Amino acid sequence: MDNWQPTATIERLRQRAAILQQVRDFFLQRNVLEVETPALSQGTVSDVHLDALTSDHILPGQPQPTRLYLQTSPEYAMKRLLADGYPDIYQICKCFREDEIGRLHNPEFTMLEWYRRDFSMHQLIDEVGALLVSVLGVNNITQSTYQSLFLRFLDVDPLSSDLALLVKRCSENGLQEYAQQLTQLYDSGTNALVEPLKDALLQVLFNQCIEPYIGQDVPMCVSHFPASQAALACLANDGKTALRFEFYYKGLELANGFEELTDAKAQLARFESDNLIREHLNKPSRPIDLRFLKALESGLPPCAGVALGIDRLIMLALNCEHINEVISFDITRA
Amino acid sequence: MANFSTNEFKAGLKIMLDGEPCSILENEYVKPGKGQAFNRVRIRKLISGKVLEKTFRSGESFEGADVMDTDLAYLYSDGEFWHFMNNETFEQIAADQKAVGDNAKWLVENDVCTLTLWNGSPIVVTPPNFVELEITETDPGLKGDTAGTGGKPATLTTGAVVRVPLFVQTGEVVKVDTRSGEYVSRAQK
Repeated sequence: MDNWQPTATIERLRQRAAILQQVRDFFLQRNVLEVETPALSQGTVSDVHLDALTSDHILPGQPQPTRLYLQTSPEYAMKRLLADGYPDIYQICKCFREDEIGRLHNPEFTMLEWYRRDFSMHQLIDEVGALLVSVLGVNNITQSTYQSLFLRFLDVDPLSSDLALLVKRCSENGLQEYAQQLTQLYDSGTNALVEPLKDALLQVLFNQCIEPYIGQDVPMCVSHFPASQAALACLANDGKTALRFEFYYKGLELANGFEELTDAKAQLARFESDNLIREHLNKPSRPIDLRFLKALESGLPPCAGVALGIDRLIMLALNCEHINEVISFDITRA
Repeated sequence: MANFSTNEFKAGLKIMLDGEPCSILENEYVKPGKGQAFNRVRIRKLISGKVLEKTFRSGESFEGADVMDTDLAYLYSDGEFWHFMNNETFEQIAADQKAVGDNAKWLVENDVCTLTLWNGSPIVVTPPNFVELEITETDPGLKGDTAGTGGKPATLTTGAVVRVPLFVQTGEVVKVDTRSGEYVSRAQK
């Protein structure tokens, strides 16, 4: 068998270990507890564009194997800890996402995720900034809102634009085929998928027409995503935007965070809406993670949380072009 | 012809796009954390030679293009077609003006060229990287000039015009790089 050797050099892996140590020191100093939660779970995420890898396993007392899912992030389990009264917590763990392979993706990757009780989105943004200043040696971070970037780069208001204008902007930027393919995919003859289609167009416009021009000198935090892209964030008072943020640096999407949704009913509605969209797109709907919902019902304390791709952080710290330069064996050699 | 999904895209794969065979040069998978995945693909249209950047939804399928490269010896031109022969099977193929294009001026009898065939018909004729052609006309150079400063134009037997050093004379055979159209050296005798 060829390619038995690692894709990363021993020097890179030494540097990787040093950065991981630095991250752990950062949280130690801030009195955030390191935790571990299961990578394999009976529940999984409903996100339309995230697919978990699966494994079937016979559990005690069960005649049939139970479908288990590898985590796409440790979010649900960590929130269950918080709901049970845990203090501020962080975790460095492996996450898995089906079909994600590329220069910036390996199906198995390392995530840093942490939760701060009673933090607002802005407090957590500041803390992510402090971590990046410490690990990447940048001077500071900049901030902008999703809406102001779209107005500046594309002259479109992402919160109120109609579908036709987004399709037009795609065409003007060499994305006409893509817009056509998506329109066909999402056009179910009903209006149910107009918002998801608009979000998919906003995402490609953001990636192609905004991302290359922001966060080049220092990391940029983009906040207040449209409410339709709230994921697990709570909404701002305006009702149109979500208290969700992402960090971008040198063309890499580095972190995604929320001031967390704590309302179990609203969370259930989002799961069901995700599953509806999945069905329209001919993707399998996902079982709703009832243990997670129960935890929300029992009371998730006000908190903010963020997930940060450790492999990408290390790529940025070490000036690497490909994720396989910072992990021992990529999926093709695993 | 088989279909290829974006997951199978890699450099060198030939697919059909807008009715024209294309070769994939580069493929990058892009996936916003919470968003729909897509592929950024650099593509060469094989007939026009144009290089384009395209964005496709990940998982989208495309018809494969029946395109193959074959090495054939150039025989002659009858004014309308350029005729080539497979040196092993002696099978002959004629390429038209569209396929030969500007490369007509680099075609030397018996030189082995690469013909790109689409559904069996030539769409591109690529001459060897280096060809040797005789100069039919150039101004007499000054004695003593060796390396040449700016050089001078020289017309070759095929009609191609290249810049040559001043010491190179009419009747001499020169080696030319067909990719850049630049003089390389005098041909080895």
